[in-house]
Amino acid sequence: MTITEKILAKHAGKSFVEPGDTVWVDVDVLMTHDVCGPGTIGIFKKQFGDRARVWDREKVVIIPDHYIFTDDPYAKRNMKILRQFVAEQDLCHYYDAGSDRYKGVCHVALAEEGFTRPGEVLFGTDSHTCTAGAFGQFATGIGNTDAGFILGTGKLWVKVPETMLFILEGKLPPYIMAKDVILKIIGDIGVDGATYRTMEFTGDGVHSMNMEERMTLCNMVIEAGAKNGLISPDQTTIDFVESKSNHLLKLVENDRDCKYVSSRSYKSSELEPVVAQPYSPKNIESAKNLWNVRLDRCYIGSCTGGKITDLIAAANILKGHTVKVRTAVVPATTQVEKALGNEEIDGISLKEIFLNACVEIGPPSCAACLGGPKDTFGRLNGNEVCISTTNRNFPGRMGSPESRTFLSSPLTVAASALTGRITDPRAFL
Amino acid sequence: MAQIIQGNAYVLGDNIDTDQIIPARHLVYNLDDPKERKWYGAHALSGVPEKEAGLPSGYNPFVLKGKNRSDYSIIVAGKNFGCGSSREHAPVALQMAGVRVIVAISYARIFYRNSVDGGFLIPLECKNEIFKQIETGEEIEIQCDTNRLIHKESGKQYTLKPLGEVSEIIHAGGIFEYARKHHMLK
Repeated sequence: MTITEKILAKHAGKSFVEPGDTVWVDVDVLMTHDVCGPGTIGIFKKQFGDRARVWDREKVVIIPDHYIFTDDPYAKRNMKILRQFVAEQDLCHYYDAGSDRYKGVCHVALAEEGFTRPGEVLFGTDSHTCTAGAFGQFATGIGNTDAGFILGTGKLWVKVPETMLFILEGKLPPYIMAKDVILKIIGDIGVDGATYRTMEFTGDGVHSMNMEERMTLCNMVIEAGAKNGLISPDQTTIDFVESKSNHLLKLVENDRDCKYVSSRSYKSSELEPVVAQPYSPKNIESAKNLWNVRLDRCYIGSCTGGKITDLIAAANILKGHTVKVRTAVVPATTQVEKALGNEEIDGISLKEIFLNACVEIGPPSCAACLGGPKDTFGRLNGNEVCISTTNRNFPGRMGSPESRTFLSSPLTVAASALTGRITDPRAFL
Repeated sequence: MAQIIQGNAYVLGDNIDTDQIIPARHLVYNLDDPKERKWYGAHALSGVPEKEAGLPSGYNPFVLKGKNRSDYSIIVAGKNFGCGSSREHAPVALQMAGVRVIVAISYARIFYRNSVDGGFLIPLECKNEIFKQIETGEEIEIQCDTNRLIHKESGKQYTLKPLGEVSEIIHAGGIFEYARKHHMLK
């Protein structure tokens, strides 16, 4: 069996499963946030009763991150619903907005707080929950109804997916990031190329990445329709998880004779910085061929592009320069925000580098990645052209339906910010 | 589940993502408040670019301004319907606007699952590109027992794929009803 098959079998109390089987699995972690939390709570109460208790108060994680820094009265009301539920149920893991515990983007916060553990099953009411596959966890996104069902029972049905294998040969060159790799793959297989399947990444190119880069790789498997992403745990995984969690690690390996539905290999040295053009993550073009695209905005943030590795990459290019177009940086979490002040390049903090380059820094949250309320930091409110480190460029995704979003690595966004046109980062490295 | 569903078709293309089905700024409405839940109907499919709204002509708003319900109760679409965000507000918005069934070539899995487990609407799959042969506003009939779609004016029939293993959940009305029926819940 593959790692995904083994995790699902174990959590279904079976010794063997194969793709296509439908199994009921025990859930290790259920995550929800401010956009889907209130609806999930509503379904839980309607189905199990006002006085029902959640199945395990230590396994429910609530991380508000979407609509935090807004005056929208409905968004504020939704936060109250979360707060009240957490108090009623005496939940252990709540990261309230406005408190010292506030984190920011849930997928990055889950890792920082030690909830992304190999061999376990994580469901979250957010499609990018697949990010945690980077840790060898079975992690996937669900809706409010399924989450409400888990809240009451601790179980959910899953169809065992087939696994597609992607092999990355060779360490990434300095101008290529995990974002380029996953965009290239989505461009090759299409936005439904992995529907219902697991995308497993392997090879020395993957295992030489740090955890944050692996998270970027797994984060966007949903953009190819996949159920989950997966990277087999190695020493890098163990070191990271052991520094965040005292849970006993359940390391699971692929069987030698496990079956893959397909296999594709990529040579790191042959990859180029790429950009996904509007309005689909599969519209891939080499950054160097898009010099004619003039930009109004640059955006660096989100679960896929606002981690410390992403901001260091951007700062390396922006250092000592000034941006030509309005550029926003949104650290994914409060921990990343803190690191902006502590991480230095040649003795200058990332924060200083960004401010010296005339970049605006926003508070940690999902912010403009998905548009959100009109007063959201960094939102595209007109017919602007933006290059962004985020993961989706659907019509209107970052706000206005007239806006156009190009997706790329933080290196490419930073290089483009310095020229006002889409720019291959090799020009600045 | 009704065996025969009749209604006017609303035709869309490939890769209709959930940001188009319900743009993120509307996700603040409370799904458990009957008044606010209706607003999801009002904004259903409001993110679809105008020229692709109601094919082949486009420029057909799905819900008229000031209304919560659509004149169209059956969506006919291409590949990968419902891709993107896992927001369950998407099938809810379509249901609140009056959609009972979608006929698409394929679905993104979370949207499909949400539609089935929440009992919001029936996501049917078709074998051919029906969305290129039917026009927005035309009357169609879905025969669930025989897996057929009938174009009323011409009488032309199209074969749909059987629902398969999820049909039990759909027939039960959703995952909770299914689980109760099978004594998995008290």
